[in-house]
Amino acid sequence: MYKITLKKELTKDIKLFGVEAPHITHNAKAGNFIVVMPDEKGERIPLTIYDWDREKGIVYMVFQEVGLSTVKLGRLNEGGSIYSISGPFGRHFHVENYGTAAVIGGGVGVPAVFPIARALKQAGNKVNSIIGFRQKDMIILGEEMKSASDSLVTATNDGSYGVKGFVTDALKQMIESGDRPDIVVAVGPVIMMKAVSDLTKNYGIKTIVSLNALMMDATGMCGGCRVNIGGTTKFSCVDGPDFDGHLVDFDGLMSRLTSFKEHETEAMHKCRLDTEEKNG
Amino acid sequence: MAKKPRIKVREQAPEERIKNFNEVPFGYNEAEAVEEALRCLQCKNPVCIKGCPVNINIKEFIRQIGAKDFKGAIKTIKNDNSLPAVCGRVCPQEEQCELQCVMLKTGQVINIGGLERFAADWEAQNTVFEAEPVKPVLAGDGSRIKVAIAGSGPAGLTAAGELAKMGYLPVVFEALHVTGGVLVYGIPEFRLPKKIVEREVEYLKSIGAEVKTDILVGKSYTVEDLFEMGYKAIFIGVGAGTPTFLGIPGENLIGVYSANEFLTRINLLKAYKFPEYDTPVNTGRRVAVIGAGNVAMDAARIARRMKGVDEVTIVYRRSEAEMPARKEEIHRAHEEGIIFSLLTAPVEILGDENGRVKGMKCIKMELGEPDESGRRCPVAVEGSEFVIEADTVIPALGTKANKLMTEDVKGLKLSGRGYIEINPATGETSIPGVYAGGDIATGSATVIAAMGAGKIAAKAIDKYIKGSLNLEF
Ligand SMILES: Cc1cc2nc3c(=O)[nH]c(=O)nc-3n(C[C@H](O)[C@H](O)[C@H](O)COP(=O)(O)OP(=O)(O)OC[C@H]3O[C@@H](n4cnc5c(N)ncnc54)[C@H](O)[C@@H]3O)c2cc1C
Ligand code: SF4
Repeated sequence: MYKITLKKELTKDIKLFGVEAPHITHNAKAGNFIVVMPDEKGERIPLTIYDWDREKGIVYMVFQEVGLSTVKLGRLNEGGSIYSISGPFGRHFHVENYGTAAVIGGGVGVPAVFPIARALKQAGNKVNSIIGFRQKDMIILGEEMKSASDSLVTATNDGSYGVKGFVTDALKQMIESGDRPDIVVAVGPVIMMKAVSDLTKNYGIKTIVSLNALMMDATGMCGGCRVNIGGTTKFSCVDGPDFDGHLVDFDGLMSRLTSFKEHETEAMHKCRLDTEEKNG
Repeated sequence: MAKKPRIKVREQAPEERIKNFNEVPFGYNEAEAVEEALRCLQCKNPVCIKGCPVNINIKEFIRQIGAKDFKGAIKTIKNDNSLPAVCGRVCPQEEQCELQCVMLKTGQVINIGGLERFAADWEAQNTVFEAEPVKPVLAGDGSRIKVAIAGSGPAGLTAAGELAKMGYLPVVFEALHVTGGVLVYGIPEFRLPKKIVEREVEYLKSIGAEVKTDILVGKSYTVEDLFEMGYKAIFIGVGAGTPTFLGIPGENLIGVYSANEFLTRINLLKAYKFPEYDTPVNTGRRVAVIGAGNVAMDAARIARRMKGVDEVTIVYRRSEAEMPARKEEIHRAHEEGIIFSLLTAPVEILGDENGRVKGMKCIKMELGEPDESGRRCPVAVEGSEFVIEADTVIPALGTKANKLMTEDVKGLKLSGRGYIEINPATGETSIPGVYAGGDIATGSATVIAAMGAGKIAAKAIDKYIKGSLNLEF
């Protein structure tokens, strides 16, 4: 059991938790992820580490309530506790001075790129960040990203805030305006990472994406997170989660991500009933 | 002397057991156990003992059961084996102790595993455990000397048990949220009830071991961190377990699970109790399992028990004679109505327009000339392709070394296949103070072999720590 020291609603369905877990913070690095279980009967949910305080042993995570497990997680409260947190998993992001870095986050991918942007900046890179959301009321961590970057563009699909359009539009403009990045890091919905990778391929810019494929144990034991990278099968949990965006088979990944859609509906249905029972 | 036949172990009928996850054999009751024990010839030269990898005094414990000294019997077993309730159930006795038994010739070999299980179960039901006092091995500041154990499978648990009995403070770090390794995530409930593993872990704690879940050695704490944190030695028993795939088209379709994933979803995360538990598994109606080892049998027999499944097929390249699984398991699989499609090799997994498995294209094989190892190699019969309809395909093709931890340990020597190189007589690795054993050193093996390795390493660790203490004084 791990104590929840902080709970913050970033939007209606996106929450930030701080949890006491010194075994995670001891060696946590940008790009690592953790696996949490809200309770004993829960699923194992992989989440990227957003931030950490090594001295206090507190790890911070951000998640969107998209299915039963994350809804359950979101119901836990400050002062309460989480059944299981393990990690840090995955190879951490390889930080060095590349020169200019474009760091791109889409939706709940933003908390995942935040520590990468910060680490790149600390390593001397010029960090130009782009974050994208559907609309204004879905924007999260704008201030934090600003502090971790040299410049920040916020894009909304409907134009309700910042520039109108997708992150790729902003990236294209950035590249063409002459501020060509030496490396692009993109984390967000698979479709976004695919679009970014397609774009940068044309310009020949090295691009790293982080794959949040379906995972379970995250210890390399099940192979459920396998993805096709440049024609060979890799496990995102131990070989990744960061991969060369130009080699990833995004279509295959998108298909695998739909694996449990029907079950999710069944479980959610039961979960709602439970809530209704409790509330009514 | 009249040769009485082996006393049968009562078990759940196949029609019944495919509807539940309860243990299949019920085990002997007292009267049956005594009767079976009395069949033992009490040979002058008890060869069975040589067949047991940890040399349990089999002759003596069987004599004690025969004399109704059940307490004495379990004590005898526990001198050499700290997990008898587990081994009595999952050891391949027919290749070990029972293979040596002189009664084998008569076709009525003594049921050593069954008697071992009886003694262990008797103890669980009839005695309250009392820890014998041990003399602690103390560090300069008066605290018990700590040893870190990575992994809580049979290798790690055994090493911890031995070290605790010697007076050390073993701390077991387990990456998952539960302890037991393959005993909990791999071997199904109907072969090894999880409460047995839980009881063993409770026992370990009662004799002074600590268990910490959710911690990955190598990532949460590196080997260097552990030494810095005051651990005087480290035992690595992290298992082998990364699954292999066939490399045929369609393997990434939805509905293809490695046996490890399928078993873990069901055994560890209790997907068979979905939606009470939150982890789902999509089986559909027809399941095809590729391979014919023990893991394949477990996967097939689990699939057979899943709601909505009415057809389970084992697909294997060779013939019945070459199947590596235990005969007993193959027999039970047959009884449970599992279809065996032998001399059949998968060519491609077929999907529908949504990327979901709908079948598997296979080709018929025939056995060619024996190769150097004497095994007859299967060769494809040209033009014999056919399709097995399936909603789920489970490759159960064995495992490779998991590099999760090993690649993070500086200076740790690995074999070409990625397993940790050790001195088998001591468990020593290339790093002083770091020991290893079990599947991560040998590749997939057995529970009893992993336990043996844990025991050997514990002895060597004791020697190492005492030796280095002397140097310090
Ligand atoms: C489905 C199946 C059925 C089997 N049936 C039988 C049988 O009937 N009889 C038999 O004798 N054998 C059987 N085996 C084989 C047997 O289970 C293994 O040989 C044995 O469990 C190996 O023990 P181990 O302690 O080396 O590793 P494991 O049991 O694999 O345990 C390793 C543990 O280490 C943990 N771990 C991994 N990395 C780390 C890390 N970095 N830090 C901390 N912890 C970590 C893992 O999560 C795991 O819990 C079976 C295996 C499988 C898969
Ligand atoms: S531990 Fe295994 S091999 Fe040894 S006596 Fe028991 S069943 Fe036989």
